[in-house]
Amino acid sequence: MQVVQTINSTARKIPNWAVYLLGTLPVIWVFYAGLTGQLGVDPVKAIERQLGSWSLQLLVAGLAITPLRTLFNINLIKLRRAVGVLAFFYVLMHLLVWLVLDIQLLWGEIWKDIVKRPYITVGFAAFVLLLPLVLTSNNFMVRRMGPVVWRNLHKLTYVIVPLGGIHYLWLVKGWQIEPMLYLAGIAMLLAMRVWWAQQKKMTRRVPA
Amino acid sequence: MTYTFKTELTHADVTPKAAFMNRRQIIAAGGALIGGSIASPALAKVLEFTKTDYGSDLTLNSYEEITTYNNFYEFGTGKDDPARNAHVLTTDPWTIKVDGMVDNPGDYALADLIGDIPLEERIYRFRCVEAWSMVVPWNGFQLSHLLDKIGVQEGAKYVAFETLLRPEEMHGQRRKVLDWPYREGLRLDEAMHPLTLMATGIYGESLLGQNGAPIRLVVPWKYGFKSIKSIVRIRLTDEEPPISWNMANPREYGFYSNVNPNVDHPRWSQSSERLIGGGLFAKRQPTLMFNGYEDEVAGLYEGMNLAENF
Repeated sequence: MQVVQTINSTARKIPNWAVYLLGTLPVIWVFYAGLTGQLGVDPVKAIERQLGSWSLQLLVAGLAITPLRTLFNINLIKLRRAVGVLAFFYVLMHLLVWLVLDIQLLWGEIWKDIVKRPYITVGFAAFVLLLPLVLTSNNFMVRRMGPVVWRNLHKLTYVIVPLGGIHYLWLVKGWQIEPMLYLAGIAMLLAMRVWWAQQKKMTRRVPA
Repeated sequence: MTYTFKTELTHADVTPKAAFMNRRQIIAAGGALIGGSIASPALAKVLEFTKTDYGSDLTLNSYEEITTYNNFYEFGTGKDDPARNAHVLTTDPWTIKVDGMVDNPGDYALADLIGDIPLEERIYRFRCVEAWSMVVPWNGFQLSHLLDKIGVQEGAKYVAFETLLRPEEMHGQRRKVLDWPYREGLRLDEAMHPLTLMATGIYGESLLGQNGAPIRLVVPWKYGFKSIKSIVRIRLTDEEPPISWNMANPREYGFYSNVNPNVDHPRWSQSSERLIGGGLFAKRQPTLMFNGYEDEVAGLYEGMNLAENF
């Protein structure tokens, strides 16, 4: 278990500001690469897709932190807030690229898309649901709300992350493997929680 | 307000054919050294063709843009997958099966079937169903010339096409993204229309694998997926043939699939498009009815409800 200990002690030593700083570098890189023609002949789509993939990966990573601890004793809880806030930042950039560079602020089209196109509806809903979570991702709000209310609010991630996965599956043409793998992974991470919750209930019911 | 795609590039900026030729010859020579000369993959060869006025007012996309940004799921679903993977496609020998309601059915070597048909250049807009577009200088000939040659029998109403099925080279076919082989079809009057092209080249060079080597269909007023690539079968029939995207999702992809800014794809709007090559800040441009070929083709669909027959 040497590996786990090393991971845990390293994770403890990483300062939060470093996570945020490192986390924003890829965004800067992807815009720079798009501007300088390194992302092929359709940089708008390339940036939009890349930011979308990273968003989904960060959301899934956030969802994986508790199972990693339960299953392997790998403790990354300290990084969870940073991962979540970064995920929001990536979703926001993904949305902004769509609004400004892709659909180009044609508000009539944007509104029609959000209402009529299921994959955009779902993606946009995920973004809206992330807002209360990012606004309460600070010590002040945790104290003010109290741990129980705060934790219940943040269970919204169990809705948000699958919405992100569906958003991806719904936007591709044909039956492609990658979005299905993401959804399968998300389903597994959520199923574990359901399983554990049931186990807990069962043990509680056992008379002393 | 109308947006027009503008670039400072003109015909004069296109890499001269001679320069291409040198490069290709070097590559070809290298390939021959390594692989011997059994069967040759899709290395571009310079073509003879006559220029026409079609699309001479349009601004061309570059050879690089046209050959690196492709949808050809037989070589992967990413836009850059075909350019990476299609070089392994063996295009010589190439046989096309001609069957169904024709006077001269048979399995033809490509050169025997089309070798005597002269090529011309046609510059067409190319609009993908995914709401992006390009302008491509095709080299090819009217499909009608080929249909005249194979002899369409009385009563035939449709032309059906099939793409090569060869998972050893077309790795995308190992996954069932679509029901392979890829199938497409046209109504006979659409197929006989003078705009409908069989293309064997781009920019005066024979097609690369990613663009549908050695021979493909080009129907400029329809969404790009109708322009089937790497054709190995042409069949005349009196029934509407099944087409791949319609088989995969009939609600989203119709048999006609004419470019129409007023009929949206169920998952996205078709009213505007992004012209490839404009960079990060290129303006979207409005999509034109029948992709700008309304005067030429609207008559084919007179009296038809285009929202129902999408």
